[in-house]
Amino acid sequence: MRIIALVLKRLTWFVPTLVGLLLIVFTVSHIIPANPAVVLAGEGATQAQIDAIKEKFGLDQPLPVQFWRYLKSVVSGDFGTSLYTQRPIAEDLLTRVPATLELTLITIVIAALLGIPLGVIAAARRNSFIDHALRFFTVSGLAIASFWLAILFQLLFAMKLGWTPLQGRADSWGPDPVTGFFVIDAIIQGDWDIFSDVVSHLVLPVMTLAFPAMATIVRFTRAGVLDAINSNYVLYEQAMGLPQRVIVWKYVLRNALIGTVTQIGLIFGILLAGAVVVESVFDWPGLGLYAVNSILRSDYNGIMGFTLITGTIFILVNLLVDILHGTIDPRGAG
Amino acid sequence: MQTALFLLQRLARDKTALFGALLIVGLILVALLAPILATHPADVAEFHPAERLQGPSATHFLGTDRMGSDIYSRLLFGARITIVIALIAVGTSVLIGVPIGLLAGYYRTWFSDLLMRVSDIFLAVPQIVLAIAIAQTLGPSIENVILALSITYWPFWARLVYAETRSALNNTYVEASIALGASPMRVLFLHVLPNISSSIIVRTTIGMGGTILTAAALGFLGLGPPPPTPEWGRTIAESREFLPDAWWYATAPGVAIFLVVMGFNLLGDGLRDILDPRTRRSRQ
Repeated sequence: MRIIALVLKRLTWFVPTLVGLLLIVFTVSHIIPANPAVVLAGEGATQAQIDAIKEKFGLDQPLPVQFWRYLKSVVSGDFGTSLYTQRPIAEDLLTRVPATLELTLITIVIAALLGIPLGVIAAARRNSFIDHALRFFTVSGLAIASFWLAILFQLLFAMKLGWTPLQGRADSWGPDPVTGFFVIDAIIQGDWDIFSDVVSHLVLPVMTLAFPAMATIVRFTRAGVLDAINSNYVLYEQAMGLPQRVIVWKYVLRNALIGTVTQIGLIFGILLAGAVVVESVFDWPGLGLYAVNSILRSDYNGIMGFTLITGTIFILVNLLVDILHGTIDPRGAG
Repeated sequence: MQTALFLLQRLARDKTALFGALLIVGLILVALLAPILATHPADVAEFHPAERLQGPSATHFLGTDRMGSDIYSRLLFGARITIVIALIAVGTSVLIGVPIGLLAGYYRTWFSDLLMRVSDIFLAVPQIVLAIAIAQTLGPSIENVILALSITYWPFWARLVYAETRSALNNTYVEASIALGASPMRVLFLHVLPNISSSIIVRTTIGMGGTILTAAALGFLGLGPPPPTPEWGRTIAESREFLPDAWWYATAPGVAIFLVVMGFNLLGDGLRDILDPRTRRSRQ
């Protein structure tokens, strides 16, 4: 019952938050000084052509009317038409969601698989050489500009060494689309050439995104383990004669992970934000690249669609993390 | 004064925090002394096409860019842009966010709920996404980057101060000053604010690093100040078409961003350890 109440309490804020978000972005994007109709009509368009485009997309209506029309269409699943590609935004975005999710999910899994054990090791051997080395690593991971790291990786691994492809998601068209996740589709198709091609394209963007994510996970796991290691039950287990290895990896880690789990929402935000820049460097056809292209073309329907999708994903992830946290740790549910 | 002295003494003992502080002092000195330290100060706006894309040498310490300008000199002047953007954007966010957090934390009305709801909406989207939309809307310039960052960054302080205020209000000293007839403003600014200031200082120091990274990303995407401004993010973006041959082109600004952000992060970590005894244990 407690969990259901928690979920309901969070859900009541879900819709107002989304509407507020739309309102902010709509307000911002409609004060665009460069008139989108002029951009769309192209250079040398006549006033009549511009007016026709304004009328077609409702750009001549008052702002509240435009917002109301937009809100109504969003609710019915229609995000409007891209002012640039002339295709429905929802369709454009949906085809790009799997690319971004594939990138971010693989990154989170790798960052957690490496980051959690490293965090435990750093805590268990604090102030050792390995702890200092990991501290340098995490400090660097949070200080480096991801677009610069992406370029360094391209320079070293793709240009100099030639080990990985420079950019893109696949050399060819990729596997036949089933789920939109290229790794899974390649396995379904059973084509191992395409599979290795797809994986090799993933290496550099995942490495770039995983660096700051891993740094965050290592930091929180280390702090969590150190906190737990000082508690009375550890003292008790030590007194019982349990080997330190078992205490740390079995009992302490389980308690320390509560803190790490709640960081997943935060890390997901870092990854979505990182994806905007990283996707544009690696020409990765996901939501981030779409957003950058929309912005550079003053396609504000595209910008709003992207913000809405990203905001929704982000809010949903945080909702899940809240609920998960409330389930694991009753203390935080109040 | 005594607190400041205590802080300095403790900082001097924390080697990594001291290193961070030195990096920041270095950045400030470089920004102030840029016209003196630069070997080609005029290259901020001047081009020498004949000398384009030369590698590092005795005349051009860090090589030249696509216009033949001295990268070292441009890097020094870029430090000024970085400092100005980060200081004003973070300063504005603090000035907006802290009072909102204090007031919303003190008054438990529908209006304080609304304020927090608005800041939640801003926090519901990764900061850079909103900043990109705003910067693009306003057009590429330093002022607009600062504006975009301020608009999207204040909720971080509002949230923090709100939570800290709520818990500070439970203390006896607050109860006592209210019983003595202190006005809400007196309670908030004379009693609550000094007691939550350490969290604000830590958040602000680390926030400077984050803001510099976001500002550089905006510059990289072409939304920062327009050329020939020697902004670091834009310089990295320009270098891309000359890779892998002109490797020095992207290296210098990237290292500069890295060192400066690391400086703020290390100092922030150090300050947190000193000011917040609760987390000190994890560093022992």
